[in-house]
Amino acid sequence: MAALPIYASTGQRIWHYTFRYVICGAIFFFLIAPILVIIPLSFNAQDFFTFTEKMLKLDPDGYSTKHYVDFFTSSDWQLAFTNSFKIAPMATLLATTFGTLAAIGLSQPHVPFRRAIMAILISPMIVPLIISAAGMYFFYTRIGLQGYWAIVLAHAVLGTPFVIITVTATLVGFDKSLTYAAASLGATPLRTFFKVQMPLIIPGVVSGALFAFITSFDEVVAVLFLGSAKTKTLPWQMFTGLREQISPTILAVATVMIIVSALLLTVLELLRRRSERLRGVTAI
Amino acid sequence: MASDQLTTHDGKSLHKSLAKALRREKRRSLVLIAPLLLFVVVTFLSPIGDMLFRSVENSVVPETLPGTTRALQSWDATGTELPHEQVFALLADDMMLAQELKLHTRLGSRLNYDRPGMSSIFRKSGRRIKKMESDAHLDAFTGFNPSWATPAGWAALRDSELWPQAFPATAIAFNNWTRYVKSDEGENTDLSTLTPYGFTYSALYYDLQQLSDEQWSDLAGSDDSTLATLFSGLSSTSASFPKGDYKEQILAIDDGWGELETWQTLYRLSPRYVDSYYWASIDRESTINGIVHKSENERIYVKLFVRTFGMSLLITFLCILLGYPIAYLLATLPTRTSNLLLIFVLLPFWTSLLVRTSAWKVLLQQQGVVNNMLVKIGIIGDDSRLALINNMTGTIITMTHILLPFMILPLFSVMKTISPSYVRAAKSMGATDWTAFRKIYFPNTIPGIGAGSILVFILSIGYYITPELVGGTKGVFISNRIAYHISSSLNWGLAAALAAILLGAVLILYWAYDRVVGIDNVKLG
Repeated sequence: MAALPIYASTGQRIWHYTFRYVICGAIFFFLIAPILVIIPLSFNAQDFFTFTEKMLKLDPDGYSTKHYVDFFTSSDWQLAFTNSFKIAPMATLLATTFGTLAAIGLSQPHVPFRRAIMAILISPMIVPLIISAAGMYFFYTRIGLQGYWAIVLAHAVLGTPFVIITVTATLVGFDKSLTYAAASLGATPLRTFFKVQMPLIIPGVVSGALFAFITSFDEVVAVLFLGSAKTKTLPWQMFTGLREQISPTILAVATVMIIVSALLLTVLELLRRRSERLRGVTAI
Repeated sequence: MASDQLTTHDGKSLHKSLAKALRREKRRSLVLIAPLLLFVVVTFLSPIGDMLFRSVENSVVPETLPGTTRALQSWDATGTELPHEQVFALLADDMMLAQELKLHTRLGSRLNYDRPGMSSIFRKSGRRIKKMESDAHLDAFTGFNPSWATPAGWAALRDSELWPQAFPATAIAFNNWTRYVKSDEGENTDLSTLTPYGFTYSALYYDLQQLSDEQWSDLAGSDDSTLATLFSGLSSTSASFPKGDYKEQILAIDDGWGELETWQTLYRLSPRYVDSYYWASIDRESTINGIVHKSENERIYVKLFVRTFGMSLLITFLCILLGYPIAYLLATLPTRTSNLLLIFVLLPFWTSLLVRTSAWKVLLQQQGVVNNMLVKIGIIGDDSRLALINNMTGTIITMTHILLPFMILPLFSVMKTISPSYVRAAKSMGATDWTAFRKIYFPNTIPGIGAGSILVFILSIGYYITPELVGGTKGVFISNRIAYHISSSLNWGLAAALAAILLGAVLILYWAYDRVVGIDNVKLG
């Protein structure tokens, strides 16, 4: 379906444009519209979840930032917001450190039981969250681990598969002769790692870290089981809000979270381009 | 000899040197992997193993009713008779301790999962057990020989060579009594000055019935003079001891104890490990007469599993249907344009799951944007607004939207590798667009469809949050039921069994995924 050839028949032309603009357009609309619709709705001056007459007429009176004011002044939401930003970075740090080391280990040419190890390390991504969360709840409670650290550990382990996948992908394209060159010039393995390997795989590590961050930032099942009202996070607060009485403040929070995701996505895209430029290899 | 071998410059065998280098390399890679592997095992695998263990674990029954469950083993469970008097006596003894330690309600709720009504039987019995008349055997023994009411007498019995194997019930009952006293009067109570309560004597009475002639004469002729006096002549005298009336008393507490099914349930659940939760999770129950179906209105899990799988299949299919054109478009457009359009796929992918779920919740409500638009356009009337949420439709729409990127991304990466010259070659040989697509292009994309489908399906059957929020009662998955049993009904064993079945299905698919795609080839964005 690249460009339409000059000799295309009318039927082919019709199909080409129908496919491109009607079918694909509709699917793209399905993908993106629900997210975008949230943004104007969050500026609703009323406590409704739909566009009011005033909003449709673009009357400024129809819009207000009161749901945002609500979000930034409510102690519940603020606590959730702070907790989210306390938990995610710590979980990211743990996941990235462990994950990067393991990915480097896994990319060596002779790893015994490589397949089995890989299957185990990726499993947190595959096992249904309800099973992981329930298991952690029983186990962590039994060994007396609760609150902040329980959630951090849970999120860290759920984030590691993403780090492994992204870092491994970077290492696949890593030219081994670079380390040999460094070694032949007399560099120690540690020096080689920091001076040669690390700068080249750093985009993969960072994108893995971003994945780990968003995993933790977005995770709710483990928090529901392991957390309490004191350690509630943004998704926790949203989940309870959605389940009980849905308040329009959620739309404002959703908008804030969309912006966070968009920022992360941008960083990721920039990293990908940089790494492509550097080595002609995809980092992600 | 050595001169035939290749050597390194320092004279060692090259073969050995290489092997050594390889070993060092392997060791180094394992050292790098070890921290994460350990981390995953401790924080992830052990918790899951621990939880799955609950699906067979049943120690609460044998531990709370040690004497009863042991004695029940000799009961003919398939017969029509209630257990023997002795079992009732031991039940009374076990219950005496259980109510002191407040364990009887927990036991009741455990048994209630298998037979409704057990919980109330145990609660009621726990309250009444203290008022039971239990001194008949105690009086008989002390009447025969007052030494039986002395701590020294009990010490002699417990020092005997035949203790505990010839006195199994007494040993359990004595242990129950010690625990009772410690709980009642404090952990540091001096037991050497006390003698047991009536229940223990009853247990002893029933153990005596089982003694062989040889054991009787061993005990009566023991070197320990205290023991000898305790038992000499007891054999004939104990025949005239009261037979006990525990059965009568317990039957008076609750009619439930007179039902065979009550005892059959206890009998079935006596072992430390049972499979009853697994039968329950496929709507069956194991009875004395084998495995039977549950009554029609109690069958929910098979239906729920079928629904989970059916809806996941449908969602997977919808993802293929919607994802294929997008992936195709992205793969065939010039990189610059496709990178731009990829954002439309990646932004939803990166947006919080809860944000997307709440978006749909808002959009699909009765008074929501979608219904409002349909009314405005005039497709539906204001009074016939569609129920798009809190049912299956809601779950399907929302989950298709959430999982669609997981289909598009693997499809896209496979399609990018298909050379356009294949299709061009087919067309140059006279194939129509459709034939060229069907015979050439489509078969080449099958690996991508496979990868995407398994991934979407795996993620889908384990979903919890989205069905919980938009599924109402008709659109929920097995995960929601597991969560319900963990946090509301507290039937953790059943939750674990359901989880084990779900996990089994996921692991089979995971294995298939590894075979088809290879875990190494998972791509994210």
